[in-house]
This record gives sequence, structure tokens and C-alpha cells, in this order.
Amino acid sequence: MIDVKKIRKDFPILERQVNGYPLVYFDNAATSQTPVQVIDTIVDYYKNYNANIHRGVHSLSQEATDAYEAARQKIQSHFNAAHPYEIIFTSGTTHSINIIASGYSELLKAGDELLVSALEHHSNIVPWQMLCERTGAILKVIPMDEQGVLILDELDKLLSDKTKLVFVNHVSNALGTVNPIAEIIEKVHAVGAEVLVDGAQASPHIQADVQSLNVDYYVTSAHKLCGPTGVGMLFGKQVALEKLPPYQGGGEMIAEVTFEKTTYAGLPHKFEAGTPNISGVIAFGAALDYMNSIGMENIAAYEEELLVHGTKELMKIPGLKIYGEAAHKTAVISFNVGAIHPYDIGSILDKMGIAVRTGHHCAQPIMDFYKIPGTVRASFSFYNTFEEIDLMVVALKKAITMLQ
Amino acid sequence: METIKAVQNDIIEEFSMFDDWMQRYEYMIELGKSLPLIASKFKSDDYIIKGCQSKVWVHADLQGTKLIFTADSDAIITKGIIAILIRAYSNQHPDEILNANNDFIDKIGLKEHLSPTRANGLVSMIKQMKMYALAFKTQLN
Repeated sequence: MIDVKKIRKDFPILERQVNGYPLVYFDNAATSQTPVQVIDTIVDYYKNYNANIHRGVHSLSQEATDAYEAARQKIQSHFNAAHPYEIIFTSGTTHSINIIASGYSELLKAGDELLVSALEHHSNIVPWQMLCERTGAILKVIPMDEQGVLILDELDKLLSDKTKLVFVNHVSNALGTVNPIAEIIEKVHAVGAEVLVDGAQASPHIQADVQSLNVDYYVTSAHKLCGPTGVGMLFGKQVALEKLPPYQGGGEMIAEVTFEKTTYAGLPHKFEAGTPNISGVIAFGAALDYMNSIGMENIAAYEEELLVHGTKELMKIPGLKIYGEAAHKTAVISFNVGAIHPYDIGSILDKMGIAVRTGHHCAQPIMDFYKIPGTVRASFSFYNTFEEIDLMVVALKKAITMLQ
Repeated sequence: METIKAVQNDIIEEFSMFDDWMQRYEYMIELGKSLPLIASKFKSDDYIIKGCQSKVWVHADLQGTKLIFTADSDAIITKGIIAILIRAYSNQHPDEILNANNDFIDKIGLKEHLSPTRANGLVSMIKQMKMYALAFKTQLN
């Protein structure tokens, strides 16, 4: 069970007013809010042990290095990776994806095939299009149905010995659909290809176990999980990461340097060139501690209740259509009301202190599929309440009256 | 003919009669609904400004020494602001348009819609209107 009143006290931002109304924050799928426990971790680092890591013999550097590596172990244990060095710290999901895309550019030849799901976010489409332009590989799309669910029979038809890599998000950012990644991974491995799963939308709600999923790469961002922006994770199986060439040259990623030749460091340093976001990584660890102290299962169960309540209340509004009706979805409701433009609804809700996302959610292919300019998206987190959902419904009705 | 500045001052005065944001928005939505539509031949991809949030179409015609703007948007609030901008800038000499600024939007409490982060196409629309003014000014000279 979740004590929402107590939890809300951990989030100072939830106290504030916006445009004269109490803030109702329903843009959690874009970024989650940050609890004091995480904020304090960042402050503590800069106040007490700010130093560069992995290269100082002095005490501060040692303390910072220990805290940084302890965060790696927390993340390893949260996602159940086999080894700490299978966790690479990045600046976020997009960076993680680009490391793999860049590495793959040396592994692909013309005619090889990559598959992407129709539910992808732009950051999971564009790097692969660029990769295909460079290598002559071909990008194919796994289609979805009206409910926003991937059609796995079509995946079977697309898979062949030409397939090298399949990338799919664990949860769709625009619709909230939870994809059957375990099944997809099994099918893809059967043709000898690798799978990259974008876990950015899933990780706040679902604790992925990378070993039991047997996934090759799993990526996410700390700021979706109550952590700071500018930090993310690339999990890769040791064999997968070892065959990828380094992404950037610089300090930290080398073993030995002469003007004739440089040998690269092993994992994870091979992919962590330069001074990383040390405080951010430590705070990422603190954010997982915080979420685990509440319990991922408790979080998921409570968010499911919010989703059911929100769906039920919104469906009472005449003309409201929800996009993404998969049986298995996270606490995301993407909707439109009649022919009213999402921008108009979002602008008026903002005037009443309610933060929702409007637009195409960086997933234009999905909007094209439904032939709509975008949607209004309300995404809930474990610190949201039923009362906040009711406030949104009242505000939405007011907006509809004004706009019709 | 009133100058752009005078029209802007009229608009500021009109908006000062409203007590709260809701009245301002209701008025703006009314303006949006009454905006004379752009001719359908100009509502094409050649005249489109794609924002992340809403789309805007804008077209200009020179009549004598004055520029006449017509425009449209798929979002009604964006359209309301377009109506206000057209009221200020249409039927004016290109020089006047090039020298005008948009501070009045701030004064009527609608500044957030002209923020580049809103990505609703309005910032680009104003830029486009100035580009038209520049192009027609060259033609007039």
C-alpha cells in the first residue's frame, strides 16, 4: 500500500502554485519530479566530496569514486544485470541508443536489415535511419493495430537471416502500450539477431530483469525515475558490448596511449570517455533507492488504480476518444475531444495549473497512423492522487465549454 | 488609416476591460472563430509553417502600397492570436511592418503563446510576415 500524503511531502515542487492554482503535474512520462532524498544527494556531493573519479589518490577522489561505483552496483542490482561493468553510464536514453547505432555502423553491411516497431519515439527512429544511410542496411517497420498493439504475426514475416538488430520500446511514450518484449526477444534470437529495448517509459513502472528477459541491450534515463536529467543507462550483455567499438575518444576510455597506438580500456570505461556526470550518477542510485523503498510493485499497483479511475472519469466526457487501448498499458492516457485541437486544451488546462503534454509526443508516425495532429496526454505517477484526476476532469470540462 | 502602434494600443485597451484570464481567452477564441479564412489555394504546403504543436498558414498580397495578410491555423487559440496579429499588421505599408514590435502581446497577457518553446508556429509566422514585408518593400522601391 502507498501512503500518498506522506510521499507527497518528499516532493517540494508539488507544493507550488501555477497561474494561481495548485500544480497538478500530469506530465510524468516526459519527466518525473524529484524527491528531497535525491536533491539532497546532489547537494551533499557538491558540499562534501566533489572530486574527479578514477584518477586521484586523494581521499575526496576516492570517496567520489566509491559513491559512483556504488551507484553502478545499485543499478546493476535493480535491473539484475550479471555484472556491474554491463552498466554503462550515459547522458540519457538517446545517448545510449546512439552508442549502439554508432557501434553497429561498423558491424553492418549493405542489405542487412534492421527492424523498428511502429510505436517508436523519434529518438529510436532517427539514429537508425542515419545508420542505414551510412551502411546501406534496410530499415523495416513492425506494424501496429488500431488499439496501438504490435502485430507479432507481421514480425514473424519480417524476421530472416538478414535481420541483424530489432529495436522496440518496452512501453510506448505516446500511448502507454506495454509491448510483449520477452516474446519478441525470443523470436528475434531464433534468427540470430540482437534486440535493443528502450526502457525509458517502462522503468518508472516496471522493473525489468535483463537476465530473465535475455535482452541484449536495455536503455533508460534517470529523469524518468525520480532522478536528475542528463544521466542515463546503457545495459548491454558483456558479449554484445565487447564487440561494439568505442564511441568517443578521450580520457578514462584508454588503457595505454602512445603516439603510435592506443589500446582501449575494458568495460565499462571503454564507453565512458571523459569526466562523467558524477553527481547525477550518484543521484540516479539514490533515486532507485527511493523508488525501491516504496516498492516497485506497490507503485505499479497504485498507478494502475489511477489509470482505471482516470480512464473511467474521462470516458464520461462526450466526444472524448482515448488513443492506445491495449489490455496491458502503463498509467498514460492519450486523448482528444471531438475536433478540438490538443494545443487549445493544453493551453487552457495550463491556465488552471494542470500540466499535461500536448502534440505529437515526438512520435509523428503514430499520429499519422491515426490521422490526428496530436493528442493530449495525461501521465500519472505514484505521487499523484485521485483528487488531482478529478480536478483535471473539471478543468477539462470547462475548457471544452470554452472551446466548443 | 491608423498606424500599427495605434491599433496595438486599441487592442491593449480592449483587453484591459477583462478581469481574468478566462475572459481574455474567451474573447480570443471568439476572435479565432471570426478570423476571415485564408483562400483555400493558399492553405497548402507552400504556405505552411509547421510548429510542433499547431500548424499555421500565412499569405500576403500587395494592394497599392499596403500589405494584406490572410492566415489560418488548425488550433483555435493560435487562430485567435493570428487574428490579433493580422488586425495590427494587415493593411499597412511594408516599412511600418518591418519597424513594428510585438510588445503589445505581452501587455495583453498572451506572452506565453509567443514563446519559441511553445512551438505553435506563431514566432515563425511573425518572422514570415516580416519577410513578406521585406520582399514587397523591395518590389515597391
